[in-house]
Amino acid sequence: MTSLLDECKSLAFDLNFSYAKQWKAKSKFRLLVGYLPIYIPREIIHAANGLPVGIMGVGDRKQIIKGDAYYQSYICHLPRGIIEMALDNNLDNFDGFLFPSICDCVRNLSGMFKLAKKGKFMRYFDYPQNFEKHIGGTFYRELLETVIGDMFQINDWKITTSHLNDAIALYNRNRDLIETVYNIRDEFPWRLSAVDVYHIIRAGMVINVEKHNEMLEEIVDLMQYDFGEPMDNIRVVISGSFCEQPPIGLIKSIEMAGCYIVDDDFMLGSRWIQGKIRSTTPDPLNELVDAFLTKSGPSSAIYDVGNPKSARLVAQVRKRHADGVVFCAASFCDPALLDRPDLQKACDDAGIAHINFQFHENTGQFKVIKEQAGTFSDSIKLWV
Amino acid sequence: MSNPKDAIKEKSMVIQKEMLANLFTELSNAKANGKKVVYTFVPGNLTELILAMDMLPVYPEINALQSGMRKKSGGYIKDAEKMGFSEDVCTYVKCDIGMMLNGNIGPTGEKLPEPDLLLLSYTGCFTFLKWFENLERLYPGVEIAMLHTPYQEDGVITEEQIRYMVKQLEQDVIPKMEKVAGKKLDYDRLSKMLDNAAKAEDLWVKVLEAAKNRPSPIDSYFAGVYYMGPLNTAFRGTEEAVQYYEELLHEVTERMEQGLCPVTPEGEMKEEKFRLVVEGPPNWTNFREFWKIFYDMGAVIVASTYTKVGGLYDQGFRHEPGKPLDSLAKYCMGCYTNLNLPQRVDLIEHYIKEYKADGFLINSIKSCNSFSAGQLLMMREVEQRCGIPVGFIESDLVDPRYFSYANIKNRLESYFQMLGQRKVILAQEEVGA
Repeated sequence: MTSLLDECKSLAFDLNFSYAKQWKAKSKFRLLVGYLPIYIPREIIHAANGLPVGIMGVGDRKQIIKGDAYYQSYICHLPRGIIEMALDNNLDNFDGFLFPSICDCVRNLSGMFKLAKKGKFMRYFDYPQNFEKHIGGTFYRELLETVIGDMFQINDWKITTSHLNDAIALYNRNRDLIETVYNIRDEFPWRLSAVDVYHIIRAGMVINVEKHNEMLEEIVDLMQYDFGEPMDNIRVVISGSFCEQPPIGLIKSIEMAGCYIVDDDFMLGSRWIQGKIRSTTPDPLNELVDAFLTKSGPSSAIYDVGNPKSARLVAQVRKRHADGVVFCAASFCDPALLDRPDLQKACDDAGIAHINFQFHENTGQFKVIKEQAGTFSDSIKLWV
Repeated sequence: MSNPKDAIKEKSMVIQKEMLANLFTELSNAKANGKKVVYTFVPGNLTELILAMDMLPVYPEINALQSGMRKKSGGYIKDAEKMGFSEDVCTYVKCDIGMMLNGNIGPTGEKLPEPDLLLLSYTGCFTFLKWFENLERLYPGVEIAMLHTPYQEDGVITEEQIRYMVKQLEQDVIPKMEKVAGKKLDYDRLSKMLDNAAKAEDLWVKVLEAAKNRPSPIDSYFAGVYYMGPLNTAFRGTEEAVQYYEELLHEVTERMEQGLCPVTPEGEMKEEKFRLVVEGPPNWTNFREFWKIFYDMGAVIVASTYTKVGGLYDQGFRHEPGKPLDSLAKYCMGCYTNLNLPQRVDLIEHYIKEYKADGFLINSIKSCNSFSAGQLLMMREVEQRCGIPVGFIESDLVDPRYFSYANIKNRLESYFQMLGQRKVILAQEEVGA
């Protein structure tokens, strides 16, 4: 287990994306397509002989010098790190970039990549906010076909039904294994730390899904053995960290303060689709469209009237038998912070305890957060 | 010049004031008169559709900016923050929610009616979506319609995007509007309104283009935000709006013929020293102080991007009576903040050249990422392409905590000194050549 975890840790924060670049170097028909949080249907990239590579920010691993000159102080940290990587050539050899529709910062970052001429294609991935099959579904399918066309222009690789069905099956397996890791951890949270789980999932965003599935299978096997010592911790769900990622020190501080993190939205894109997508149909693109329209998990990036994420958060807390919610959003993250009052109200109405704080991906001081989380844990243990 | 407390107003401004006063009176009597009320946004608004179904629009961001100008936004924002909204998020949203918490009193001091329909025509700003999710929870049970406007990420409006929008209009938005209005949409009436809209748009473009003249008879930013009011809000598509723009164009033409500078709240500017293009919304809490810094220095804004948030008419777009829904779709997608960054830079470059600007200035707004994210790169691009001095200041829409008068004035004075010095050098070079 230790060597596997070390490998995941090293992959998760390799900001040069060495594994992906080596993977691409093995064939001139291979593609690297970078994508930002939150969700991209990675299946289409895989089917196009490409490797989807999650660009989740630089965290506290890279000093930002140039990036700060591109952004005002009141804009979140994620895009400045990504621009820094682009200008420092960390993203060289990437063929294209996809910028999911999360917020105006990420949307405008897609334009900055266009102005800076980074990649052979760069596309703002404008999810439909209409969920009717014949309206939003048609629009979404056209969007997927456009991206498929972008990739075809580069490597001349024609996606077949079988390619896409295979990719869907592989990512079904991937989500299933990730869910199994979370489920085991739900029952035995001492067997792996939240930081370990974080590294495992994040590693999967920069390597091919086949390799990640092998690693996950091994991890799931190892997690069957009881090891570690149960602690007198409370159980919490983390909410609001779906885009800019919290520093590892912050996740560690929360657990060290007495809170088992039994669920989170750290790398939401890997767990976006809830359940399996059919992988044996003659029209797999249609299956991806349907999955987005009907099986998307709760997200601040999606218009939720009719299916409010507040109710879904409460359901998630109940499912995980959590004692409370830690609202942990990046500073200046409009989607998370504009959702927070309603989510807090839903927790209050449901009698779920909660705390909140904000972070930057390169926050370096955790003492206050640790004290806050510790007090939260103590108050629940003593009074609830 | 006169006492700054007594703002000098042109006839067109008086007309507009009356139009607004009548609207707010109508709004305050809406429930009694059985009129349905629609809350919606300015960019990509569907005013003609709303009016064609005899409903009345309310624009939350207009309420917010009015609250800012009336010095009420600070308190409203604090109340929203007490409710859990972060200091970091859009102050229009917080101001609007704070206003609701305080009884939803509108700019005329009368209570605004509650909505019968929340119409989210979401163009160029992701926060609009979150804003309406919040409003939906504050007005539970109210009908809500969402029109998703695709972003011009590739710099063009595609046929697929138009189809997507028209389908949303036909199959979701209009049926919901009809349900609330209690009547079917009269397409002939809608077409007539779009015809009126196009007439007003023609006139508005002539007003904007008057700024190509030296001296410019208008300020396209500070006065522009007043001029654009009827077209961007509740009056587009009406005869009233056409009449307003006829009067405005008449005034502007007269001033142009007489070689006059723009009218400011303190009277007519005496000299045009600097011609600027400005990117970004203005600050509303200290609007007049902010404007005064410019006109005191003889700086005139000859073109601005903010006056294009409600539509890029000067780039050729017109509502088309013959293709009502296609035209509404194109309108929504064509608003300034729905353009991608390269398009925005191209447009600014075009303005600088077309309007012969001496400088380019960005007023970067703390709580408007739609405008602000990427502006520093845009500034570099514009500087490289046009070779003119660029300036950068920061403020906020309606949060008075983020307007630092001394800081802004200091920066602008340095900027104007630089522009002045450059003019001297250019003149010397011209003589030398």
